[in-house]
Amino acid sequence: MADENTQDIAHAEDQAPEAAVQEAAPDREAMTAEKPALSDEERLQGLEPDKLRKMMYDMLLARRFEEKVAEAYALGKIGGFCHLYIGQEAVAVGAIHAQTPDDYVMTAYREHVHALQCGVTPGAVMAELYGRADGCSKGKGGSMHMFDAEKNYLGGHGIVGGQIPLALGVAWKIKYRQEERVIQVYCGEAAVNQGAFHESLNMAALWKVPMILIVENNRFGMGTAWERASSLYDIYQKATAYAMPSAVADGMDVLDMYRVTKEAVDRARAGGGPTLIEARTYRFVGHSMSDPVSGVYRTKEDVEKEKGNDPIRIFADLLARQNILSQEELEQMDEEVKRVSEESADFAEKSPEPAVDELYTEIYATEDVNGRLYFDGRR
Amino acid sequence: MAVITYREALNQALAEEMERDPDVFLMGEEVGVYNGAYKVSKGLLEKFGEMRVVDTPITELGFAGLGVGAAMTGVRPVIEFMTWNFAILAFDQIFNSAAKMRSMSGGQFKMPITFRGPTGAALQLAAQHSQALESQVAHYPGVKVVVPGTPADAKGLLKAAIRDDDPVCVFEGEMLYNLKGEVPEDDDFIIPLGVADLKRQGSDVSIITHGKMIHVALQAAAQLEKNGIDAEVLDLRSLRPLDTDAILATVAKTNRVVLLEEGWAFGGITATIAALIQEEAFDHLDAPVLRVTQADVPMPYAKAMERAAKPSVEMVIQKVNQVLYR
Ligand SMILES: Cc1ncc(C[n+]2csc(CCOP(=O)(O)OP(=O)(O)O)c2C)c(N)n1
Repeated sequence: MADENTQDIAHAEDQAPEAAVQEAAPDREAMTAEKPALSDEERLQGLEPDKLRKMMYDMLLARRFEEKVAEAYALGKIGGFCHLYIGQEAVAVGAIHAQTPDDYVMTAYREHVHALQCGVTPGAVMAELYGRADGCSKGKGGSMHMFDAEKNYLGGHGIVGGQIPLALGVAWKIKYRQEERVIQVYCGEAAVNQGAFHESLNMAALWKVPMILIVENNRFGMGTAWERASSLYDIYQKATAYAMPSAVADGMDVLDMYRVTKEAVDRARAGGGPTLIEARTYRFVGHSMSDPVSGVYRTKEDVEKEKGNDPIRIFADLLARQNILSQEELEQMDEEVKRVSEESADFAEKSPEPAVDELYTEIYATEDVNGRLYFDGRR
Repeated sequence: MAVITYREALNQALAEEMERDPDVFLMGEEVGVYNGAYKVSKGLLEKFGEMRVVDTPITELGFAGLGVGAAMTGVRPVIEFMTWNFAILAFDQIFNSAAKMRSMSGGQFKMPITFRGPTGAALQLAAQHSQALESQVAHYPGVKVVVPGTPADAKGLLKAAIRDDDPVCVFEGEMLYNLKGEVPEDDDFIIPLGVADLKRQGSDVSIITHGKMIHVALQAAAQLEKNGIDAEVLDLRSLRPLDTDAILATVAKTNRVVLLEEGWAFGGITATIAALIQEEAFDHLDAPVLRVTQADVPMPYAKAMERAAKPSVEMVIQKVNQVLYR
């Protein structure tokens, strides 16, 4: 059997001909040009220094944690598909800071950072990646299926677009029980073409449920540039078909993410219903660990150019300019998150493998009530 | 005969059929610029251009339905699903439209469409990406279902599927793409749908299976031989139409049967074959028919658990010993 063949999705064994690389997409600057340029002070308004430092910490942790993940993956400690978030950190960090731990978050398979941001411990995230018993899904979910009910983290979902109706259901429940919560649900831009997206938007707007749908437009669905997949470039405009408020956010700017999301969260809490947010961002890494950073569908130059917009650098510069976090403090923080990431790997390393007997647990709520539940002859 | 991979065999089948018939086109996610998620369509875009090798958005229901409509009106689409796991979104189009079009139109419409993509578990892809779904698709009258297990079968069956006037679903082994084997070069090398293949002759017990699992069965047979047990391995190759003659013949020959499939037991292919054998060959049996399937649970991520959930050579050997009362 061809066991070595498993990591094939998104492996690009060869360089595509030059012609296959698409024309670069419209600039991020051009796309967000309609927005008024804000001064540093305006951008920081309402945000305490402690919160700003925490945002910085969270973005740095996200980056260092995932670098550690990449290392562990290369060593064969993590299996299956593994999709990193490097480059997109400002999106989840900025948006999740705009709500409270009582609110919900749900996302797709590129989810390690969303889990961390919801307060799932780095150890539990790493142990899940290692497939260990202390993982947040007890080793059964892996990279794509992390869950933490206590942290209101409703998980990683592997079918493109499949999580959006689920989030609609959570938003429905919130309204049904008359709670003051909201749910943020994330998807990639490619998910926007699925019927599930459109059906959900219609119902969300029709019933004014507190759902904030954040489309992380990193411009590529695997190897397909967005302009090759959608008849309309501007995703936020899709909401107009459902009479739903929408906005574009600069997904490389944690403060813009925060501000735009906060507005949507406040509106949802006040009974104003759902919002669609298009976060324009970029992934600095391949689609998954087996996909090269550049080559087949984007050039090395494109990626290098975008790396000039590193969300961590952009935010660090602003905090330094405003004397909120010095370069020295930033470096200290960086040491700290590296240590936390290291420790998470140690924790995962020490966590036991789940017992094979656990195969049949957590499938049903009750065990064989009036008959057999399992039909493979092994039980 | 040339020795090529399963992936190359499929690629040859596509290229030859597209060459032969201008009505044949390939459509799916990443099939063009990216050369296919599993590189099955490598080079085809360059050769046939973007009207015939079409990259789609991630809209399984949409592009499967597009294929069905196109096939109704005369062309011969080949629809690639990145994996059958994602084809679940398109099942309405396959089951409610493609499978029933001829029947519900009183025979007015042909449905010359091929749906294809990988099936089954790879390594540690967890619950939503590790499913062998052929039993579900084969449930519906109106579709044909083939599951090639070797490079030659892959080529011959895919070519037959593309030439067929009914909807044919081709389930390729996600772990088989790099498997090498001898493949005939003849442009008209076709393996008719509905013909099983005895992959190994034997006299003591029949192991009946399909797809990737034929390799598990063959490994089990090789080990059993060392213990003096001579196992026959029947590769169904096609689930609909099902070669019932070949099944009944092997049962009549060995009188003992172990059924093996990668999918779940409940409502599985093996469930259907077990029923068939007891209905039509009961008198030939010297032991109850036993089956080996994947554990009846969603596939877990952790390595050891995943291994335990998949059907294994050891499980097959154990069931063979059981039907031989060893
Ligand atoms: C229904 C479905 N079709 C195909 C896939 C395979 N697949 C996984 S990720 C992906 C690209 C999705 O891109 P996008 O939604 O933009 O998210 P990103 O990966 O950029 O975060 C594809 C095609 C899938 N998981 N589900």
